[in-house]
Amino acid sequence: MTLLQVEDLRLSFGGVRAVDGLTFTVGEGEIVSIIGPNGAGKTSAFNCITGFYKPTGGVVRVGGTDVTGRRPSAIAARGVSRTFQNLRLFGELSVLDNVRAGTHLWLRQNVFDALLHTPRYRRSEQEGTDEAHKWLDFVGLRGDRAGLVRNLPYGAQRSVEIARALARRPSLLLLDEPAAGLNHTEKTELLDLIRRIRDLGIAITLIEHDMGLVMEISERVVVLNFGKEIADGRPDEVRRDPAVIEAYLGRDDDDPVADPADPADAAAGDPQELADADPPAKEGR
Amino acid sequence: MTAGDGPPVKPVVGRGPTFITRLMESRWLGWAGLAVGLGAPLVIATPYALNIMTSAVIFVMLAVGLNIVVGYCGLLDLGFAAFFAVGAYTSGILANELEIPLLATVPAVIVVTVIAGIVIGAPTLRLRSDYLAIVTLGFGEIIRIVANNLDITGGPSGIYGIPGLSAFGVDLSEPVVFYWVTVLIVALAVLFAARLGRSRLGRAWRFVREDEDAAEASGIHTYQVKLSAYIAGAVWGGLAGVLFAGQLSAVSPASFTFLQSALVLMAVVLGGMGSTPGVVLGAVFISLLPELLRDFADYRFFVFGVLLIVVMIVRPQGLWPHRSSESARTAARSRTGPPGEPATDSKGAS
Repeated sequence: MTLLQVEDLRLSFGGVRAVDGLTFTVGEGEIVSIIGPNGAGKTSAFNCITGFYKPTGGVVRVGGTDVTGRRPSAIAARGVSRTFQNLRLFGELSVLDNVRAGTHLWLRQNVFDALLHTPRYRRSEQEGTDEAHKWLDFVGLRGDRAGLVRNLPYGAQRSVEIARALARRPSLLLLDEPAAGLNHTEKTELLDLIRRIRDLGIAITLIEHDMGLVMEISERVVVLNFGKEIADGRPDEVRRDPAVIEAYLGRDDDDPVADPADPADAAAGDPQELADADPPAKEGR
Repeated sequence: MTAGDGPPVKPVVGRGPTFITRLMESRWLGWAGLAVGLGAPLVIATPYALNIMTSAVIFVMLAVGLNIVVGYCGLLDLGFAAFFAVGAYTSGILANELEIPLLATVPAVIVVTVIAGIVIGAPTLRLRSDYLAIVTLGFGEIIRIVANNLDITGGPSGIYGIPGLSAFGVDLSEPVVFYWVTVLIVALAVLFAARLGRSRLGRAWRFVREDEDAAEASGIHTYQVKLSAYIAGAVWGGLAGVLFAGQLSAVSPASFTFLQSALVLMAVVLGGMGSTPGVVLGAVFISLLPELLRDFADYRFFVFGVLLIVVMIVRPQGLWPHRSSESARTAARSRTGPPGEPATDSKGAS
């Protein structure tokens, strides 16, 4: 079943079309990567999907419900969690408190429980703390959990952000460049973590520049360039797509082979043939 | 399984709390504070001293209310005296016009301050930081000037002859008794504010203070959460106004100037934003210091100002800053299964 459905998504800032007719879907428990050169509109697309930007056109559906233009908290309430490209943690709060933010949507507790410390208050607080520990264990955080989150090293902070997103108990997790700034070991751990998240039945959509990681874990890859979608397919298909290669490496003006007028046709053609024909022509530059 | 082939997850435990830290975080601290408050009249009970002490305790309640708005939620409010005024006037007018005891006006005061919080907060809370500060400053002045000009509020001379505090036919307006009752009510208000701060809603306030976007992404409706902080602050301020009306038996616009708002804010910042014991200490400090400095006569407020500057330079985080609220119990790992495998089905409640 389709979990996330993005149809003809458009976003303009003045005259700049940051996202220009993006269409893709994410199924339950699927790992989909969105790639593209810098400024291709990947993060803008994420921000439209999660409600931080209001798209100028198109439709975003989560689990069949139209959520286009709703506020981020309403979209989060429908089971969508996200992380941010440049970490957005609550720096002056403890690691545990940061992860407890994820429990906000489902923790059952009202003001009177809090004022009178009813059994329900104690129970729900315990539940929130247990849940926070559970997800910190899951992401493999080493370090002081009672201390301030800003005192953790960068890689650990990334883990905390993912733990916070998971404590929301999402059905779809959007990761914005989760591997940025991580060392080799941390990337291997991230790869494993993303697989384990998928094994819980949570669908994952990620923006990533690390092609090794993208090709390794993605079930499908969507490629953006100048806000337009230029490819959508299995990693091995996309890797050989001439339009994708052109977007990443550029095109020789004298090159007679590539046909920029119709990249969609090229993508639909026989990938094997194109792969054989095209890349050597590029490498000749 | 643990991530990759990394070593097993082992939490690093910070160094143990020092004696001072343990003392400052002891649960007996609140009781000790209450005992000091209740015991103060046994040391000094002149009418003048009682008057000052009662004002200080009411000021504590104001500071704790503003701490919800500024300390917990990070909303800079420069017009907090507006809610103090709304509470005092509502209580005084109702008690005078309907000839009911002061405490009977409390439900009405809560309703009116909640409405005032929504009326002032709903349009302003869409703004951020500096803009919010300016607009709240404006609202604070509007309330005072309206009170200065309406007939029902008695104009510049205000309303007077407000009945003293009484409950179940027992007169509580004797200065010492009124002081004790005030201490008890304010202690409850302090406790409730602290408990709110440690609840799901209180955490949401802190998340909004730290990063609004990240809070939204976690499913927190930041506008509603900010409004709830504003309303809670309004109710605390309004109830402090009831005590104020009971203490002075008169209310006039002169009590609700910008200076009053600024002093409450100063108490919060000086004590330590977001820290309950800090804010209580800050409020006592701000309200008693000018009295203790009477020996300096004309230089009193000069010395007061210099002392405030010195404190803020020496301790910019406040006299008693907020600490992470994790107790040893919550910080301890609370599960026994192998790391990496969630104990329950993660999809269960989504």
